[in-house]
Amino acid sequence: MFHFLNSRQGVTLIRLDRTCFTDLVDTASAPPLAAPLDIAFDYTRSLGPVLGRFMTGLRDRRVLGARTADGRVHVPPLEYDPVTHTPVTELVPVSPTGTVTSWTWTDRPLAGQPLDRPFGWALIRLDGADTALLHAVDAGTRESMRTGMRVRVRWAAKRSGDIRDIACFEPDPGPPRAPDDTTSGDPGSAPGTSSASGAGSDPATSGDPVTGIVTPIRLSYTHTTSAEESRYLHALSEGRLLGQRCPACHKVYVPPRVCPADGVPTEEEVPVRDHGTVTTFCVVNVPFPGQRLEPPYVVAQVLLDGADIPIPHLIIGQAGDVRMGMRVAAVWRDRATWTTTPENIAHFRPTGEPDAPYESYQEHL
Amino acid sequence: MRRAAVLGTGQTQHQTRRTDVSMAGLCREAIDRALADAGVDWPQIDAVVLGKAPDLFEGVMMPELFLADALGAAGRPLLRVHTAGSVGGATGVVATSLVRAGVHQRVLAVAFEKQSESNAMWALSIQPPFTAPIGAGAGGYFAPHVRAYIRRSNAPEHVGAMVAVKDRRNGALNPYAHLRQPEITLESVRASPMLWDPIRYDETCPSSDGACAIVIGDQAAAEASERPVAWIRATAMRTEPTYFAGKDHVNPRAGAEAAQALWQAAGITDPLAEVDVAEIYVPFSWFEPMWLENLGFTEAGHGWKLTESGETRIGGRLPVNPSGGVLCSNPIGASGMLRFAEAAKQVMGRAGEHQVAGAKTALGHAYGGGSQFFSMWVVGETPGR
Repeated sequence: MFHFLNSRQGVTLIRLDRTCFTDLVDTASAPPLAAPLDIAFDYTRSLGPVLGRFMTGLRDRRVLGARTADGRVHVPPLEYDPVTHTPVTELVPVSPTGTVTSWTWTDRPLAGQPLDRPFGWALIRLDGADTALLHAVDAGTRESMRTGMRVRVRWAAKRSGDIRDIACFEPDPGPPRAPDDTTSGDPGSAPGTSSASGAGSDPATSGDPVTGIVTPIRLSYTHTTSAEESRYLHALSEGRLLGQRCPACHKVYVPPRVCPADGVPTEEEVPVRDHGTVTTFCVVNVPFPGQRLEPPYVVAQVLLDGADIPIPHLIIGQAGDVRMGMRVAAVWRDRATWTTTPENIAHFRPTGEPDAPYESYQEHL
Repeated sequence: MRRAAVLGTGQTQHQTRRTDVSMAGLCREAIDRALADAGVDWPQIDAVVLGKAPDLFEGVMMPELFLADALGAAGRPLLRVHTAGSVGGATGVVATSLVRAGVHQRVLAVAFEKQSESNAMWALSIQPPFTAPIGAGAGGYFAPHVRAYIRRSNAPEHVGAMVAVKDRRNGALNPYAHLRQPEITLESVRASPMLWDPIRYDETCPSSDGACAIVIGDQAAAEASERPVAWIRATAMRTEPTYFAGKDHVNPRAGAEAAQALWQAAGITDPLAEVDVAEIYVPFSWFEPMWLENLGFTEAGHGWKLTESGETRIGGRLPVNPSGGVLCSNPIGASGMLRFAEAAKQVMGRAGEHQVAGAKTALGHAYGGGSQFFSMWVVGETPGR
């Protein structure tokens, strides 16, 4: 198994185990090829005036709610009044203590959730608020959870102005607290931030207003090919290029696919040559996140001999002299490295033949 | 068919990063301006239609869920439209259809993009397994087709730069434009770096944060309006596959067929003579002559001649993108709606410094995907037939 890992802000492509690609399998009946596709980006969110004040409050261990025209206090805050549609301008502090209004239990927390041990997902109405906030309750056991139970905020030891500044909630046997009580819910877990002093002298209450947050998002897919594309990829692992002819329009598709024009699967297999004609191309000079090649490079549409649709690939050789109509041939990598990928062809190279006449490929532009 | 009209439009200040607002705030900046322009208040809005380009741009799946309050959708129908870069136009068409069908009297259409939340080049270059690592964003996709156009039409090389100069100077007349470059010259464009040969840096659209909103009303609402409205004389949408053997990437069939249907529905037989101004989706400068041909303003192969002769400037025979167009502001999901809104502003006489004198009939156009989705409308000072 091997993988490409560009950067945090890139695409991670992890190949399945090499045994998936063995030549010993009967490719006609083998299941379609599949491989993981992970997409990740650290999104940068600008918060605007309402959410910015809310996140700034969290950093300073205060929970703010939005008061709408009907007098209700919403936590988390709404940016716009759902009744009058006017912008929310009034934010009011609410208490770090509240009441569970409903809940469920998770026995097997997932990566990225607030706690790594079983916990309750609860709707919590903070004292002073009229709406409930969804968060985790570190209750230990399912039996400890109940609707109506009293809970309090457990602040994260290190806060940056993010919803995760609330580490979680925990059972709170005490009386309701005032909104300006910034005491950490769990003094033992947050050394140096457990001062019970009142507002104004808390060392955590400082810093510039929070205007943005970073939201890392990661999506993990299993990308599965069609049976037709699988056969194409298996042929590539044997150094062959395979097309398929549409039974309706008789066009040869490489790679094979359901004919996009006729909507019918291609069936008849047609070998195509690893030589072809550059129909058109682009010189990529621009770098970007996730890029896997060093610019500049030439990406060309190559119409393989025997095919009716070009494939995109790289042209290397005679730099700066790539032309529409140029005749090119595949440069295959070392046979020992071949797998079920078009990357078995490292790139295409000019053959030195005379250019194909424009008329021979103009229908493919 | 029932009549419909644009009652008002609104748009944000477009720029690289609108870090002063959230996505909700960005949308509301456009919405509040559109409602004010239309002279309409929230109780008169019957439904909301939202468009934006792929969710990967902001990393928020189905943003219409969390935006419902900000969009004023509580207690009203809310629809989301997806058609890649053409979505702003398609959103306007869907809203128009709701009015023309007699379902609603006034519909609010909104479209936005907050590109600064991620990186569009990254989002448009995701490489699935079993493919070669050659994706290079929208520029990498479209540059070979621009090359094919130049070869097919024998257009002189400077036409692309001419479009860039015209649009950027037009943008300098538009207070909402992201790029405002009154000093730009043919020489400076041609001296700018070649990004995706044959597309230069100054011939590409920026990445913008921005939003646009349009209020569309039925005939009664339009007739009750105290200000001029833009009558929607026709709309059209067409789709084709991104790839198929024999696809004409330079002059796509879906675009040509949409245009043909549009002109017919609007009762227009000679678009170049009968249309006074066009807002066309031109993200890379060469798409101006390409779409002039695809839309039927000129014969195939002759679009560049209209551009080269200066007839697409303000004051020319067919001013194209007097607002500066996509080359000046590109909040992708909103870019199509901006074309539709700018067309409406022209016939309402509310385009300010980039007003085309005497504009009575205007085209708004958008395309998206790999030249796959097309949406367009014709608006007029009068309802037409």
